[in-house]
Formats: sequence, C-alpha cells, structure tokens
Amino acid sequence: MRATLSFTALSLLAGAASAQSVDLGIELPRLNVAEYHKPYVAVWISEPDHSVVANLAVWYQLDDGPEGHGEDWLKDIRQWWRRTGRNLEMPVDGVSSPTRGPGEYTLSFSSDDDRLRNLEAGSYVLHIEAAREVGGREMISIPFEWGEDVEANFSESGSEELGGVSLSIRP
Amino acid sequence: MKIKHMAMICAAGFMAAQPAFAHRMWMLPSTFTLSGDDQWITVDGAISNDLFFPNHHALDYRNVQIYTPSGEAESVEDGWRGRYRTAFDVHLTEQGTYRIAEEGSAWMAFYEEDGERRRQRGSLEELQEAGFFDNPAAEVFHSRRNVETYVTLGALSTTAFAQTGEGLEFRPVTHPNDVYAGEEARFAFTLGGEPAAGLEVEIVKGNDRYRDDPGTITAETDENGEFSFTPEDAGRYWISTSIRGEGEHNGHAIGVGHSYVVTLEALGL
Repeated sequence: MRATLSFTALSLLAGAASAQSVDLGIELPRLNVAEYHKPYVAVWISEPDHSVVANLAVWYQLDDGPEGHGEDWLKDIRQWWRRTGRNLEMPVDGVSSPTRGPGEYTLSFSSDDDRLRNLEAGSYVLHIEAAREVGGREMISIPFEWGEDVEANFSESGSEELGGVSLSIRP
Repeated sequence: MKIKHMAMICAAGFMAAQPAFAHRMWMLPSTFTLSGDDQWITVDGAISNDLFFPNHHALDYRNVQIYTPSGEAESVEDGWRGRYRTAFDVHLTEQGTYRIAEEGSAWMAFYEEDGERRRQRGSLEELQEAGFFDNPAAEVFHSRRNVETYVTLGALSTTAFAQTGEGLEFRPVTHPNDVYAGEEARFAFTLGGEPAAGLEVEIVKGNDRYRDDPGTITAETDENGEFSFTPEDAGRYWISTSIRGEGEHNGHAIGVGHSYVVTLEALGL
C-alpha cells in the first residue's frame, strides 16, 4: 500500500525557482503480535546539536478513545517529547494526524512549505521515531545537507518498529 | 517558629556526615514525565534497604507537601499508610513541574539519669517544657529530612523548586525531569541559601537487589555546591546527602542534622 499525503499549504507558494522538494518514505512493518496498536510516530528536523528546527509530522490518536486521551501517550515518543513535543501546544495544524497501520507512506514537502521555508543552508538531521503501546520504540536519524540545488538520497532500515525509511531531496 | 541555626552552621562550618541512616528513605512516583492536560500519578513512600522495594518502614503521606507549577503548596488529602509503605495519588491539572516533598522534623534530647545515657523524643515545646534547653548536662538535637521527587506534566518549569533559603536545599542545574542515560546531570545543594561545598552525595540506581555490587556512585559538591554524575543506564536513581553539625536555638547550643533525598528518573536517549 502506498499513500501520498499532500499538505495544502505547500502548493500555494510553490513555483519559486529555488524550490526544493523533499520526499520522506516511512514504512511501518506488519508485526505478528498478540496485541497490536498502531504506533505513535514523530518526524522532525534538528540541528546536529539536537535543537529542533521543524516538526514535520506527529501521528497519534487525535480523539479520546476508550483507553483515554490520545495525548496521554505522546510522551512515549520520548526523544521527540524531550526535544520539542513537550513545548508544543497539541494538536499542531498540518503536523498532527491520526495513527496509521502497517504500510509504506510517503510525505512530500516543498521548501516553500511553512515548516521548511526558514531552513537555512547547512547541516541538519532528520529524525523518525516510533513508539507502540505494549510494544517497542525505535528511532532513526539521518544527517543531511540542505541548500539550493541539493540532490541527495538516503535510506535506512529499522529493525523492529520501523521498516525502510528514506529521504530524497531534489531541486 | 523560625529556625536560624542552619545559617549558624554555615558560618561555623559543618561536617559532612557519613550516611546517618542505614536505611534509605524514598518517594517513588508511578510516572515522572507526562503528557496531556489532566493526569493522575500514584506515589509510594518508604524507608527500606533495597531501592525501591518497601521492606522496613512506611513514610507518612500526612507529612507530604505538593508544590505545584504555579507555586502553591498543597497537602495530601487522601492517602494510605501501611506497615511498609505509604501511598497517595496526585492529580496533575497544571502544565509544568511539581515537587512532591515529605518534610520531617524531629527533636531529641540526650541526658543522663542514674548514670545511664537516656534519650527522649518529643516536640520542641515538649522538650522545652521538660527543661532540656536549660539543663547544661542535656544535649538537644534537631534533625530534619526532606524526601523529594519531581514530576512534570507537559513543558518543564522551575517555580516549584525549593527556594526558602533555610536549611539544606536541592538546587537543580539540570532539570530533574531532563535527565538522560549517558548525559551528565548537574545539581547543587545550598545550606541557608548559600552554596553547600564539600557535601558527600550518594547516588544509587534502583533495583540494587538484583546486583551483587549496588554500584553506589559518590560525588562531592564543589565550591558552588554543585556535583554531577552521568547515569549509565535508563532507570530510577536515588540521590542522598546529609549534614550534621552544631547549631543554636534561642541562644542554646544544639546539635543539628539535615538529610535530603531525591528520586529521579533517567530516560534512554
């Protein structure tokens, strides 16, 4: 299964000559466990010193369910919670969205997107962290260079909670 | 009652005592770091040998104060005290950091009667009425203890940190809910509001029951009253120090002691 997410804000300002496009691929593996809950996932960009420059996505239970408020478990995405989550007013427009089941997902962004527009040329790290109720937690970090006319492709494989993860930057 | 003798110790110098208690006092919250708008935690308090297993004596929830992010101090309205453990719930409704503190104070007099050294416990008033303060042959001792933990709902805050300037106080440099395995954590102690240098601090990771070597870490506070340690693993850590020295109360020389304990959680990166 492949689903493409589009964000409304990004198309409005697209078209500038310097616009870069960023595609993120995230695979959530199918796990053969007795009790499966869709993972909470956070995707963000930091400076190499961990200071956060952009929150790209947070997948969590947006509505209150039989097991409580979805926000109760945001702290289990513990690296994200430490670096940025606990200082955010949730939900964040365009960033918060519901949890997803096993599958491959692509998130596409333009450099004109609100979240990337102020990103200056330099070194950054993309982080993808997944935490699953009654399950494990895994984080993949991908260092990358950002600037005009950068073209780069990265891919990593998770071992438990994340499958293949890719980052593609194109002019 | 205003106790000024801690400031006296500070001026006169004090001895860092060896651990004054063989057993360890602690408070352990069910969760240290929480998200959402409205949460409950449950807290255990005990004096035990193993961390954090109640097996000796219960603390008392009635001595516990909850310092809220907005700076209020609240007592615990409902709790339970069993033989080995006290337990109470805390309803977190404000965003920020809460300090949960068991605050104890005990007065004791030592005196001789019929050639035998005797000890009497009691309130300050009781010991005064019994004339111990005016008896040059009697020694009065005031011991205090603070057994604390910190819990944060949402973003970290610091308004709940102790800042009375009285007695032995914990002054976090690293926020107590921002401690991570492999990263140095730095804290400080003050005595009478001034940096408490030369204190011996003992740090033990929980679950020592399952280790042949408890792995006690010791640190000494520097001239700024600060010490640091790097938790090797994620887990719950018990940090303790104490002082013992000479003080005075209303012009009478007394012995004083103050013990401090904090339970913290180190998270994995």
